Amino acid sequence: MVTVKHGEAKAESPFERRGLSDEQLVAMFRTMVMQRTLENRGFQLNRQGKIPFASASEGHEAVQAGAAMAFARGKDVLVPYYRDLGLALGIGLTPYEVLLSLFARAADHSAGRQFPHHYASRSLGFHTISSVIAAQLPHAVGAAFALMHGREDGRAVLTTFGDGATSEGEWHESLNFAAVHALPIVFLCENNEWAISTPLAKQMGQPDVYKRAAGYGMPGAVVDGMDPIACYGGVADALARARSGGGPTLLEAKCYRFLSHTTDDDDRTYRSREEVEARRKEDPVPCFERLLIEHGVLTAEGAEALKRSVLEEANDATDRAEAMAYPLAADLYARVYAQRYDPWLDERDGMNDG
Amino acid sequence: MAVVSANSTVMNNVEAVRATLYEALKSDDRTLIIGEDVGARGNVFLITKDFIDEFGPRRIIDTPIAEASIVGIAVGMAMEGLRPIAEIQFADFIYPSFNQIVGEAAKTRYRSNGEYTCPMVIRTPYGGGVRGALSHSVCIEALFYHVPGLKIVAPAFPADVKGLLNAAIDDPDPVLFLEHKKTYRLIKGEVPEGHYTIPLGKANVLKEGKQLSVVSYGLYVHWALEAARTLEAEGFSVEVIDLRSIRPMDKTAILTSVEKTRRLLVIHEDNKFGGIGAEISAMVAEEALFHLDAPIRRLCGPDVPAMGYALPLEEEFMSSPAEMAGAMRELIAF
Amino acid sequence: MASTDVATGKLERHGLTDEQLRAIFRNMLLQRQLDNRGFQLNRQGKVPFALGSEGHEALQAGAAMAFNRGVDVLAPYYRDLGLCLGIGLTPYEIMLSIFARAADHNGGRQFPNHYSSKAAGLMSFSSILAAHLPHAVGAAYAIKYRGETERAVLATCGDGTTSEGEWHESMNFAAVHKLPFVMLVENNEWAISTPLAKQMAEPQIWKRAAGYGMPGRRFNGFDPIETYAAVKEAMDRARSGGGPALVEGTCYRYLAHSTDDNDMTYRTHEAVAERRKQDPVPAFEAVLLEHGVMSAADVTAMRKSVLDETNEATDAAEAQPYPAPADLYAHIYEGAWQPWQS
Repeated sequence: MVTVKHGEAKAESPFERRGLSDEQLVAMFRTMVMQRTLENRGFQLNRQGKIPFASASEGHEAVQAGAAMAFARGKDVLVPYYRDLGLALGIGLTPYEVLLSLFARAADHSAGRQFPHHYASRSLGFHTISSVIAAQLPHAVGAAFALMHGREDGRAVLTTFGDGATSEGEWHESLNFAAVHALPIVFLCENNEWAISTPLAKQMGQPDVYKRAAGYGMPGAVVDGMDPIACYGGVADALARARSGGGPTLLEAKCYRFLSHTTDDDDRTYRSREEVEARRKEDPVPCFERLLIEHGVLTAEGAEALKRSVLEEANDATDRAEAMAYPLAADLYARVYAQRYDPWLDERDGMNDG
Repeated sequence: MAVVSANSTVMNNVEAVRATLYEALKSDDRTLIIGEDVGARGNVFLITKDFIDEFGPRRIIDTPIAEASIVGIAVGMAMEGLRPIAEIQFADFIYPSFNQIVGEAAKTRYRSNGEYTCPMVIRTPYGGGVRGALSHSVCIEALFYHVPGLKIVAPAFPADVKGLLNAAIDDPDPVLFLEHKKTYRLIKGEVPEGHYTIPLGKANVLKEGKQLSVVSYGLYVHWALEAARTLEAEGFSVEVIDLRSIRPMDKTAILTSVEKTRRLLVIHEDNKFGGIGAEISAMVAEEALFHLDAPIRRLCGPDVPAMGYALPLEEEFMSSPAEMAGAMRELIAF
Repeated sequence: MASTDVATGKLERHGLTDEQLRAIFRNMLLQRQLDNRGFQLNRQGKVPFALGSEGHEALQAGAAMAFNRGVDVLAPYYRDLGLCLGIGLTPYEIMLSIFARAADHNGGRQFPNHYSSKAAGLMSFSSILAAHLPHAVGAAYAIKYRGETERAVLATCGDGTTSEGEWHESMNFAAVHKLPFVMLVENNEWAISTPLAKQMAEPQIWKRAAGYGMPGRRFNGFDPIETYAAVKEAMDRARSGGGPALVEGTCYRYLAHSTDDNDMTYRTHEAVAERRKQDPVPAFEAVLLEHGVMSAADVTAMRKSVLDETNEATDAAEAQPYPAPADLYAHIYEGAWQPWQS
């Protein structure tokens, strides 16, 4: 694999590492392997009847590991969507936390309320989201406004979404507002060509999301979403511009969704096995592994050891999370408002039935 | 119910919706379906499976992910003479289209003094008990039943699904058609063949009784019926009414029953505060207060934003047949 | 005005006959007259509200000339008095709306300037910005679905509306399905008090077209002939199966947003006076006089006929009755209605 800007090969260097150290490159690879391992674990647990639902991000490993490496932990804010397992891991969420979400345990950040993959962590600067497409984007813009308003120089918001989300009105409203106010935000589109069953050609009249940037008066760029280094570079450039007052960017990473939308979906109803198999040749995980080995960043033995350690960590996380308790029934009523609450205020006998 | 044919087929609610949509598409080429993943995927519950092969992508429209315009485009189609059936993939996703439903579809006839009309159906799966968590399990009926210009239907049985969906499709005004997800495959029943309609606003007395009137709709109708049968075995006599339509609502059926049994229990999954049960209770208090031997009681969803994903949170949110039976016993004993 | 060919000194008329040019000018005069009448009636306490479109006359009269009456569909917004006149609404119908009389198309229900007429192909719309655009796209889908060639939907909006999510969703859907749909943006630089720079970072709205995969074009909306040419090109393409287009006409809002607004709280007399120099009504009059399409006497006579027609329409509409109180309950659904069925 050669690191390229989309469509233009960099002939002068077979290995453009964008300033990333060997250690960082290996860390990105580990995130990618961990993402795939946990993903498969979710599907396995679903088939075993242990959890009712899991969703998939296979094919997004490179864009997410690259983007996460560009994210400044402890400073930047992440407003993701529900297909961002690798991004979550890359900015510091642990496999144990991911498994707590899959098992809906009380110790989960949402205390078992949210669907799997709807992670959030206040300490990581990681916003809570719903399943409603594009609903997180105005929040991301508001967060960026808050960063700018607080004159918190050097901080930016990274927000992500799929190609389908670009059709929502809130997507448009968010990009427009961010551009008007030159906000410190990066809009990263993980264009995997499928919105459940809807292909890109039914989603938009032309296939390049980044081309919409010009209409908003912000820079637009596209990167090969199967190339983690290119994704790192694109996101790092855009975040650097945002952090230094240069305003928003619309960045598009072209990737592919290898699996069905979720465990409740069957993609054979709307796309052929041939199409999916043809795209498997671009699978970013083995491609990146070959690149690292070829350039001596990692040995074949090192790669195997890394995969073993990932599997052990995933197994350990699974066992520990599964052993944790469900939330209590009474937790249903907690945190509806700041204080305990009854919609009928009755001063005669205080709080009564809800 | 005007049953045309004596023959019938056993179907679940998914099959009943599917069969009715199919007949509507077959019989009127002004009818089309517009929504997310309704084409090749055939809707996420497979309700429109293979429709695109038979009716083509011009009539089975896979939209971009854009709920406001799914409803809004259907409004424009209806204003220009088509009979669109819009689908919101999950009721939880209907909020972006709130203005198009409440501000536009429901007001089109009124604001143009009848020159323009908006005959359209918005179908959406709603309700919990399916591990749908915060964004795949909500009830939305109370947010919309306040709105004149809109009609709302929430059937529980396959035969009612067909008759009411046909009526909704034929209706000259916008109809919000709510399909409870949990009943989709759980509930099976006889569905008469041929075209028939059930008038919007007509409730169905599922079980006659003398001591208590239970009014419900959707999934909870089935559990209320189960609870009522439990009480029957204990020697009590409970009447169960399936509203089927929420707007308009069948006053005659409710008052006739309450005046006979002198007790009223309203059961619904949507939250209690400001819910459908509040309107029913107020109406009965206005019209039949002195027929009552006990206070009106409501058994409804708790006042929390939605049910959580973890099983105990969902179970706590939902009312079980046992809880319903308990409420029935208490009210009869009052 | 850009309508004169610099090389030949001839009027670039894009095929418009003298008669059509005069009709465009009359439409512009009538629009301004009725606009002023609304403001006068408001000051006299006879109507509670009026809304001005001064500065939009050239754009609307030119666009209306590209609309095929009885064939095309118009999905306008509330600042489209001239466009509605241009596609066939009468001054009397306008005054019925302003006076909220029973004989109004909407039975006196809608705000003034929210015209509709099923017979004229003029779709009913609300005051909610961009809410009409999905309807316009739905209508365009219906036209294409039924295989009706030679028909298209002309939808309009102001610059502010382009910020709404439904604007985006409508443009995207129209592009995906290559619908017979023309999005005409009347960019008057002001959304009530919000200037263009606070509305969008890229002031050239037409540039968004490429992002949707449709053609985009900008034209001088103070020039009715250039407007006609741009809108006609887009409508002809749409009618013949060539798909949608985004056309942006630049103009200016000379008056406050409505009789309830005071624009001097957010912009200066000087700024408005500067733009008055471009006022399209006297400018087009000068073009027609210069090229001999009309004489000064013709213009005087036309002005008088417009005033007479406005006065007659005002008197006739004012004499009409209000809707009856019982009309509040009509047309909620088909037939009589109670939420409780009994």
